[in-house]
Amino acid sequence: MSKKYNVVTSISYPKVGAMGKTGSWRVFKPVFNKDKCVKCLRCWIFCPEGAVKKNKDGSVSIDMDYCKGCGICANVCNVKAITMEREEQQ
Amino acid sequence: MCKRMQCKSNNYGKGGTTMKNIMINTGNYIAAKAAIMAKPDVVAAYPITPQTTLVEGIANYVASGEYKGEYICVESEHSAMCACIGAAATGVRTFTATSSHGLLLMHEMLHWAALARLPIIMCNINRVVGPGWNIWADENDSISQRDTGWIQFYCSSNQEIFDTVIQAFKLGEHKNVALPVMINYNAFILSHTSMPAEIPSQKEIDDYLGKYKPLWRLDPENPITFGNIIMPADYEKVRRAMQDAHENAKKLIPEIAQDYKKKFGNFHGDLIEKYRCEDAETILLAMGAIGAESKVSIDNMRKEGYKIGLARIRTFRPFPEEEIVKLAKKAELIVIDRNISCGYEGALFTETKGALYGKSDAKVSGFIAGLGGKDVPYNHVEDICKKAIKGKLKKTIWYGFEEVKK
Repeated sequence: MSKKYNVVTSISYPKVGAMGKTGSWRVFKPVFNKDKCVKCLRCWIFCPEGAVKKNKDGSVSIDMDYCKGCGICANVCNVKAITMEREEQQ
Repeated sequence: MCKRMQCKSNNYGKGGTTMKNIMINTGNYIAAKAAIMAKPDVVAAYPITPQTTLVEGIANYVASGEYKGEYICVESEHSAMCACIGAAATGVRTFTATSSHGLLLMHEMLHWAALARLPIIMCNINRVVGPGWNIWADENDSISQRDTGWIQFYCSSNQEIFDTVIQAFKLGEHKNVALPVMINYNAFILSHTSMPAEIPSQKEIDDYLGKYKPLWRLDPENPITFGNIIMPADYEKVRRAMQDAHENAKKLIPEIAQDYKKKFGNFHGDLIEKYRCEDAETILLAMGAIGAESKVSIDNMRKEGYKIGLARIRTFRPFPEEEIVKLAKKAELIVIDRNISCGYEGALFTETKGALYGKSDAKVSGFIAGLGGKDVPYNHVEDICKKAIKGKLKKTIWYGFEEVKK
């Protein structure tokens, strides 16, 4: 946890979901095919939201509470283990 | 100007053990000296007449090795302010200087610096805003930046420039203030006029300013996001905190001025410099170089029997509202503005009347004088005062405008 500064200005401190569960913004969702995954971790490196989680066995899983569905992970995946599908209407 | 020198008690020329280091130079070079003595870690500036010799002065100190900080040559004033903001956000001391159009190009970033509560110190040499292209003294540039949240000082001598730059670091970096400070002085009248100024030793300045302790900073070891989205209620808190910081500055400026006087012997007034105001029935309010020139007018008019005094406004933001109310309890006020808020009147005139609302019915007369660098010698100031004392003035008078029309 970062040190808090005693000043009133626009500072935010790192924490999970500072803006609420941003997964609700999603139009497309990443669908992950574990069989195709080669554990290269490109999706984990490129995810701008930190929503791709690295598991202990080196595989990945996606935190759908915070994934905004930008599709970067699908774009950078060399083995097409991630595909983007339209979210169903709520 | 000469009068101010005579008024001031000091030791120069007397020799002996109290001999101080005197620098005889222009306002800009003296400001450069003050700036580097405060040892800012970063200076980022872009040259513009009449500020040029200030940044040139700092460049000389870089060349001579006297200034050891980072001196960033940028491609515009907007970039200069951005570079200072970026540097200050990492928790270091910063300085810059500009003038007129340069200040206006910084406008967006001036708000940024103040809202981020970064104590960037900047000299602004008051110059006309174009078009017509004109490089002389006029305060419309800084007056138009009134609402950016910066503390604004207006100086009337080179000694005051030196002392105010040093005091600005002390004030801006105070934990109860944390605001950027703009030190304004008139183009050429001060920026390019040589006057003596007492320069304390580097050790004295080091001891006085101490190490800068930022209220917040960007630090990879302690990650934060700055300038993120904030909701209306939180934004209101940020503005309110800035207003509170200005109120704190209003209390601190007189304390700092007194403390500085004790340590270094120089005093130029606190929020206001009062000159022969004790028994005055009329008090003249002015800023900058006109404020210095007016002392001669006050002395002359006193000799003629007028009970008149001068209140030179040193800080326009925070505005010395309570001080002005006190002055108006015993005297009528005359305001000279070297600026015009077109569509209404001079800014100091408006603010002065605003300060008195509900607290005083004193007559306040407003004059516009010296726009575009037009000279305002002491006899003109006397004429203005006499016109105001005699007349029942309501509307702003443009002093000496007829001669321009010809």
